Amino acid sequence: MEGNQALFKYALRLGDNALILGHRLSEWCGHGPELEEDIALINVSLDLLGHSRSLLTYAGEAEGKGRSEDDLAYLRLERDYTNALICELPNGHFGDTIARQFMFDVFNQLLFSELVNSKDERIAGIAAKAIKEINYHLRHSTDWVLRLGDGTEESHDRIQDSFNRLWEYTGDLFAQTEADQWIIANGIGPDLNALKPRWKQKVSEVLAEATLTVPQDAWMQKGSRTGTHTEHFGFLLAELQYMQRAMPGCEW
Amino acid sequence: MIRSISEEKLWDILDEVKDPEIPVLSLVDLGVVRKAEIIDDKTCITITPTYSGCPAMKVMEEDIRMRLMMEGYKNVEVNTVLSPAWTTDWITEKGRAALQEYGIAPPEQATSDKNALLGHPKQVTCPNCKSRNTAMLSQFGSTPCKALYKCQDCLEPFDYFKCI
Repeated sequence: MEGNQALFKYALRLGDNALILGHRLSEWCGHGPELEEDIALINVSLDLLGHSRSLLTYAGEAEGKGRSEDDLAYLRLERDYTNALICELPNGHFGDTIARQFMFDVFNQLLFSELVNSKDERIAGIAAKAIKEINYHLRHSTDWVLRLGDGTEESHDRIQDSFNRLWEYTGDLFAQTEADQWIIANGIGPDLNALKPRWKQKVSEVLAEATLTVPQDAWMQKGSRTGTHTEHFGFLLAELQYMQRAMPGCEW
Repeated sequence: MIRSISEEKLWDILDEVKDPEIPVLSLVDLGVVRKAEIIDDKTCITITPTYSGCPAMKVMEEDIRMRLMMEGYKNVEVNTVLSPAWTTDWITEKGRAALQEYGIAPPEQATSDKNALLGHPKQVTCPNCKSRNTAMLSQFGSTPCKALYKCQDCLEPFDYFKCI
């Protein structure tokens, strides 16, 4: 039972990251700076929602209480979501979205590259599918960091400012709980502490190429693993859950 | 794999079910149909998505079910699996030709696409005039499985079915 509970929490965390960031990106639909970019952001959003569907379905099965992907996506309260805080931050301007996406993509790419070898067959299968897509996401966000950082004076200053403001949310990506110890010990997922230096190195390389400065590590926000969110999260859920709350059980 | 006559017939029927977004390509040509079996009185079809979030999966499932029921199969079950993950290598030769004919550049060989993931833009042949002088406009096209390119010679924009 202990194992299933840990697996439930683990799949839920991964599923929540994808669901919430996917939802945020979907807000760009019809608002992208140009048509191609509008489509690109929505494509990434769609991929992430696809990952969340597979992961939340699995989480529901591991929990064993009969909850479906929809139950988990639409009918939980704020404190029951465990997505990384950076996923729920508002889109801001395009540079903010790109800085957030890039830092998440680097993390996600490192994580899912490890999950491909998970001893849990379902997780490994989902990861093998997702990693192909995540590679494209990272390439896309890296291109834009280079283009904006090494672009005009204004684009450089604005995305530098985005990185500076978002930096305090990056520590939370690597937060681990007791449930993770079981996950690591059983070879289901990697120790995030080991990914951290690799993440920092990759981010630093791209920022250097983009003529940007890596922000100093200072105070880091935390709390997502225990369901403590930013003040933005309630508003996001209000929109995400509206239909199921207003018309319980409605289906397409 | 050796298929029985009844299963062979099943594959032939499935080859007539088209991709809802690329109507020249059958689901068999696309490589999303992984298994077609008759187990006792049940017809079991296994499909796999091209991309995790592919919104066409539900439609494909319904189309397969409808088609088989029209052919007289009563107890039809369509299952979706993620593993092994779909790859563009599963698109058949017939499928590649159909894509090209339709104006969508078929995926280039998977091995050369690894370079693309390392940051080098991929060389793609224009499906209209066959020029290699093409440029990528966006890695994401009209659907998740496609990228947007333009031809520098005939100046036509076109979709490229990207390798995964």
